[in-house]
Amino acid sequence: MNRELMRILLPVLSLAILLGAVFYLQPRAMSYFGLNLLFNLAIPVALATMAQMMILMVNDIDLSIGTFVSFCACVTATFVQETPLLGYAILLAAIAGYAAIGALIYVRGLPAIVVTLGMSFVWGGLAVMILPSPGGAPPPWLRTLMTLKPPLVPLAIIAPIVIALLAHLFVKRSSMGVLLQGVGGNERALERAGWSIVRLRATAYAVAGFFGVLSGMALVGLTTSADANIALRYTLLSIAGVILGGGEFTGGRISPIGAVIGALTLTLAASFLSFLRLSPDWQIGAQGAILILVLAARLLVSRREAAA
Amino acid sequence: MTPPDISTSADLSAPVVELNDVHMAFGPVQALSGASLTIRAGECIGLVGHNGAGKSTFVNVVNGRLTPTGGAVSYTGEQAPQDQVRNSARAHSAGIRSVFQELSLCPNLTVLENLRIPYSTMPRHRWRSLARTTVIEALDAVFPDHGISAHALVGDLSIAERQMVEIAIAFSKRDHDARLVILDEPTSSLDVSIARQLLAHIRRFCAAGGAVIFISHMLGEVFEVASRIVVMKDGRIAEARETADFTHDDLVEAMGHVVPEGDAAQAAEARAELGPEVARLPSGLSARQGEIVGLAGLAGHGQAEALAQFFLSRSSKWRADDRPEVVFVAGDRARDGVLPLWSILRNLSLATLKEFSRRGIVNRTAEAALAQDWQQRIGIRADKLTDPILSLSGGNQQKVLFARALASAAPIVVMDDPMRGVDVGTKKEVYRMIRSEAATGRTFLWYSTETDEILECDRVFVFRNGDISAELTGADITAENMLRASFEMQEAAE
Amino acid sequence: MMMKPDTSNPVAGTSPNLLVATIRKPWIWSYLAALLAFLATMVLSGGQGALSLLYAALTFASFSVMVGIGQMFVITLGPGNVDLSIPATMTLVATLSLKFMGSEAGLILPGFLIALIVGLGCGMFNFALILLLRIPPIIATLSSSFLYQSLAIWSNRGLRIKPPEPLAEFSTSGVLGLPNLALVALLLAGLAWVVLERAVVGRWVLAIGQNLRAAQLSGVPVHAVRFCVYVGSALLAAVTGFLLASFSGGANLNMGAEFMLMSIAVVVIGGSSIAGGNSNVPGIWGAALFMFLLVSMLNSYGLGAGVRLVLTGIIIVTVVIVASKRKHSA
Repeated sequence: MNRELMRILLPVLSLAILLGAVFYLQPRAMSYFGLNLLFNLAIPVALATMAQMMILMVNDIDLSIGTFVSFCACVTATFVQETPLLGYAILLAAIAGYAAIGALIYVRGLPAIVVTLGMSFVWGGLAVMILPSPGGAPPPWLRTLMTLKPPLVPLAIIAPIVIALLAHLFVKRSSMGVLLQGVGGNERALERAGWSIVRLRATAYAVAGFFGVLSGMALVGLTTSADANIALRYTLLSIAGVILGGGEFTGGRISPIGAVIGALTLTLAASFLSFLRLSPDWQIGAQGAILILVLAARLLVSRREAAA
Repeated sequence: MTPPDISTSADLSAPVVELNDVHMAFGPVQALSGASLTIRAGECIGLVGHNGAGKSTFVNVVNGRLTPTGGAVSYTGEQAPQDQVRNSARAHSAGIRSVFQELSLCPNLTVLENLRIPYSTMPRHRWRSLARTTVIEALDAVFPDHGISAHALVGDLSIAERQMVEIAIAFSKRDHDARLVILDEPTSSLDVSIARQLLAHIRRFCAAGGAVIFISHMLGEVFEVASRIVVMKDGRIAEARETADFTHDDLVEAMGHVVPEGDAAQAAEARAELGPEVARLPSGLSARQGEIVGLAGLAGHGQAEALAQFFLSRSSKWRADDRPEVVFVAGDRARDGVLPLWSILRNLSLATLKEFSRRGIVNRTAEAALAQDWQQRIGIRADKLTDPILSLSGGNQQKVLFARALASAAPIVVMDDPMRGVDVGTKKEVYRMIRSEAATGRTFLWYSTETDEILECDRVFVFRNGDISAELTGADITAENMLRASFEMQEAAE
Repeated sequence: MMMKPDTSNPVAGTSPNLLVATIRKPWIWSYLAALLAFLATMVLSGGQGALSLLYAALTFASFSVMVGIGQMFVITLGPGNVDLSIPATMTLVATLSLKFMGSEAGLILPGFLIALIVGLGCGMFNFALILLLRIPPIIATLSSSFLYQSLAIWSNRGLRIKPPEPLAEFSTSGVLGLPNLALVALLLAGLAWVVLERAVVGRWVLAIGQNLRAAQLSGVPVHAVRFCVYVGSALLAAVTGFLLASFSGGANLNMGAEFMLMSIAVVVIGGSSIAGGNSNVPGIWGAALFMFLLVSMLNSYGLGAGVRLVLTGIIIVTVVIVASKRKHSA
């Protein structure tokens, strides 16, 4: 228990330090609207991070999540808004497509990195075909949902907490989630016990697709329009978020709560510099630097743990 | 824990598993030839034997992971026609459970979550609390005062604690009760008092009508817990008697090989003059120039790790020497030796590329000549050296790895059980080659799981639990001495 | 696809055997595909503009080839090895070197030197993260690319500095009907081929990619080899960035973006194994030509960017499926 706390402590600490610095530099950020502004765009990032986490959990990696989220955003801003039934059917089919890719990767023993790379072209192409130029509009209910103003705590805070808790319940508490983690931890043990690895892997990919769909929808709800390149950066951000949150590339070691915190940290790192009155040129750099710093800190912690 | 239900325990000598003339062949290798055994409720079978005697094949047939190539396995309480269901499913529903040395736990899950994996029919509703109580009950039953939390991540536990969890899960209550539990070296990482708790639990379990197969290199433990001892040798059951009918010496004798005619004596006279000490390992193993040093003992007791560590400590990850100090002959070919995409030629020349290169460019004439030369010398049976290495048989692949190392001028050769899958004729050739290379001043560190190879050595270190348990020289190098040092002889604990 | 050579008919003539041997080279497919795309375009245009299409294809393929070679060496090191910092390195190098040269013809050589030094720095930084901080290569090159990108944005300041005239001239002209850029890329590809097929280092790279532990136990200096590969990839990205900026009239912050996926795609389509240990240089050229010709074919048929991307993706996935062996039963 203790060590698990330690693991979650590092991401929490990095977020807290960053948040503290922002508040110190700009006390007005410590308000309902300030927080909403700081974390608004964190919601789709957090959802995309959950999607990536499902894939990393089974020892694969998804280089297509950014274009997939863009695709879902385009579908939401066009079909879902105009002909809802068709729109939702497309999104469901996309989730099924994700599951099929997961099964294909396992059955044929393919490198996930290349297959998802190829799929990133496919999703990107489909997005361009649906929405050649920026535009579209969110369905009204979605816009209403994403601009909700709950009392006391802004949506930008509540939503990530809800996402983290739901993902935690599924991955860490449910019987299925435990099996999926087991696939990452010791696939052979599951196979020996008679579990169907294909089915489990397809499930992990389907859940990832589901989170990707949610991310696309949330993004459209926030930005009121979509374009085919809207979420390209999410591929890299989602990987970084999972890793920042204490996840690892192999062994099924991931933490949903940590990953959401990681996503928040990355979002905050981007906006932090404007508070420093530094040029926004360094936004991406700050994300990279935080990533490196946290990973270095983690190495120190694990060294000390190993020494103790 | 699970006392099997009353109906079975009432019938204390009912057979749980019956093996009838079981054969198991892997290609040309006969791992099990004609094993027959009936395991009855209430008995604990101590299974002993030297490396390669067929112990693990035997238990894998019992637990259904291997389907025998001949003979029949039958389980009690079977209703289903035997041919329709996979053996592993039959074994599973017959209540056969196994604990192996390679851990089958998921390190990223907690102790209680790991119960979910073998327990496929676990009810979904409130499964966590069910898993928690089941695991803790099992742990409490086997290892009182274990101090392991059901919520701890397995990866955070010590090796001993992981082994305890795995054992407890094997004894735990599930949809099918445990009738026979197979324990392969269960005490290897447990300390004495914990091991005693396990032995006590095994006795309770058997008294209640369960059966256990207990494999251990600690003969004291075997004598203490087993009601019957089965000795395996060369894929056969050599002896199967009540424990009371055995003495320690009987056991060693039953396990032992027949010593080949006077080889040991020859070996002793061949080494006339040895040079200065050229290697010393942290474990205390040392070697002199021109000496053939053997590392013996049961497989997995730290010999391979010691050799790999020694090699890595003498070679750099940043620069390659023109004249390397040590070369390595791998025994686990797939893991440590063979480069599967390459030809025989390229595999053979890898370690000597730098020695035979000019300004960083591979000297391909010298490479081809070298490969030709070694193909002759060591007798690699291949049409063309440009054929893929995987087109060769295992023994010929091994010869390529030998040639890779011996072709170098390195003064020390480290060999990690390099004769697996090599036929007898080749072995003799290789022995001769090693001996003549040693005569020219080369030093060999040779880990082997086969007794007659160890008998070729000038000096032998026997490993047990990662430490050296005996150093043998000259006439002391005998199969019996090695067995004695490999197995823990004294009683399990006082 | 590795197949055992047919030895059942030893008296067969040599020419069919040669043909068979050629067909079995994994890189032949990318050239065939490129040829097909070229012919399809020509069918529509009735043969008009064949030369100018080829010229353009050679020019634009050069950039993909140069970064593709670097990426190929990295991927050859085995699973988990990939350089995601190529686009950022290209952008950073282009920005810094063009800023230094400031359109002065006299500063071309020092400017090129600066490009190489920056590339060297990027490669060393990447490998330091991998080795010292034990960060997996994907995340290490990813996070360092964020830093390089920021550095580039900061030093660029939205200014677009023109390359020196002779340099722009060099990168847009050619000799003997071949674009200069293609000559540079050919030269580099030739060099890469020598390293891979003839040099000791190349053997070591291939050995590490097949089995790192076995390579190490055979005396391969694994750290040094991996260092060279990562630095080499960054240097190639640096040269590409320098030339691309000279070619397109200045550095641009998005100039590298398409090369992240492109560099991986040409390696895979070119027939190198993504699992490492097996790579080939000719295939990179074929794949790069194919990628360009595919786009121009689809354009000339009036198909949009969307279809083009979808087709590219499907091709990549199909190539990987065809090249794979069935591993698990469903």
